[in-house]
Amino acid sequence: MEVTEAKSKKAGGARLCCICNQRRPVLKRPKTLEQICRECFYEVFEEEIHQVIVGNRLFKSGERVAIGASGGKDSTVLAYVLSELNKRHNYGLDLFLLSIDEGITGYRDDSLETVKRNEIQYGLPLKIVSYKDLYGWTMDEIVKMIGLKNNCTFCGVFRRQALDRGAALLKVDKIVTGHNADDIAETVLLNILRGDIARLSRCTAITTGEDGPIPRCKPFKYTYEKEIVMYAYFKKLDYFSTECIYSPNAYRGFAREFIKDLERLRPRAILDIIKSGEDFRIATTTKMPEQGTCERCGYISSQKWCKACVLLEGLNRGLPKMGIGRSRAGDINGSDHKKATKAGSIVKSIESKQCGSLDF
Amino acid sequence: MQLTLEFGGGLELLCESEKIHKVNVDLPNGEDNLNMKDLLSWVRTNLIKERPEMFMKGDTVRPGVLVLVNDCDWELSGQLDTTIEEKDVIVFISTLHGG
Repeated sequence: MEVTEAKSKKAGGARLCCICNQRRPVLKRPKTLEQICRECFYEVFEEEIHQVIVGNRLFKSGERVAIGASGGKDSTVLAYVLSELNKRHNYGLDLFLLSIDEGITGYRDDSLETVKRNEIQYGLPLKIVSYKDLYGWTMDEIVKMIGLKNNCTFCGVFRRQALDRGAALLKVDKIVTGHNADDIAETVLLNILRGDIARLSRCTAITTGEDGPIPRCKPFKYTYEKEIVMYAYFKKLDYFSTECIYSPNAYRGFAREFIKDLERLRPRAILDIIKSGEDFRIATTTKMPEQGTCERCGYISSQKWCKACVLLEGLNRGLPKMGIGRSRAGDINGSDHKKATKAGSIVKSIESKQCGSLDF
Repeated sequence: MQLTLEFGGGLELLCESEKIHKVNVDLPNGEDNLNMKDLLSWVRTNLIKERPEMFMKGDTVRPGVLVLVNDCDWELSGQLDTTIEEKDVIVFISTLHGG
């Protein structure tokens, strides 16, 4: 699409880019309200992410890093920017694309095609791990058995572990995900509303799981969704944006809607919510769930069995409601287990953006 | 008035999965120019075939939908008051899908 000079009057008359003072602005930055041109936008967008990476010491030279790649906008932009920055600033990282195939015909098979193109476009090796291989079930089969209620719970719980298992297969030191500032603000709000102190205190952390085998980090923690989408649009990056066929209402998450309404009134609100989340101080007397390991598969778990094993056991025994909602008969982590004060109550996924996004 | 309208980020699903629409929009009765407010109501009536609430909220686009007029953020040109001219290219992108 060529834009002629004659059209430039629409960009606020004779105004020029706030940064270079030479070119026509194309974008109003939500973070700063500056009007900037395309070239300066690329530069500040990439440079800010670089500063976040350096300032938080997200990586060490020589590390192997898996990019959780769904084919969606955030992970596609992350893969592109990270491979650029790795070259430009000599991070010395070995980057990989890691995708999860949930087994959703007409959705994930299409988005995986996008990731396969990204593999070639960005020259990053791709590893795909499937629910079928890891758990013996595809999401299509799970939905056939349990219907369209709670299916996102299965998908979310399985995805989190699948990403770790895929990362272990790739022998990487770290996983990066495309969570952006809007996602994190939304999670802060949801954790406050749910009174989930444990998650509230870790959801703003830029790196999590440092005590575990493979830490995860979020280089887009301070990056606005608007800028990610604008960047992908101007750079013509190839991403996939179809709604998951099993969660047509996931995007209605009211917290998301609320964040977007706030952003329209005052774009800084998103960063302010993240800051508030970071500044919460949890009383030292608050009892936190103890982290242990699953007796069955060895994955981190605060219960006897991890959530994925409970859900899987339910599927395999033909009792798919096992592990959904509050404790009920047949619960493996039942009341006889001391740690399990509220067995099975942690399932309800807090993220409204349930599908497409890779971390839970 | 000849215009090119482009829908992306999932919004194309609301208009029969067609991303690019070359359209001819008439000026509203008694007015001598077309602004984005007029165009949005035209799009809603003529192009959006399902779930209009995914595209609009009140008389403007739903928060989270980005609008570009000739590849320029409409927040720089007065949003609903942006005047549309012959051969303009207007892009709507939803930011609300997947990551």
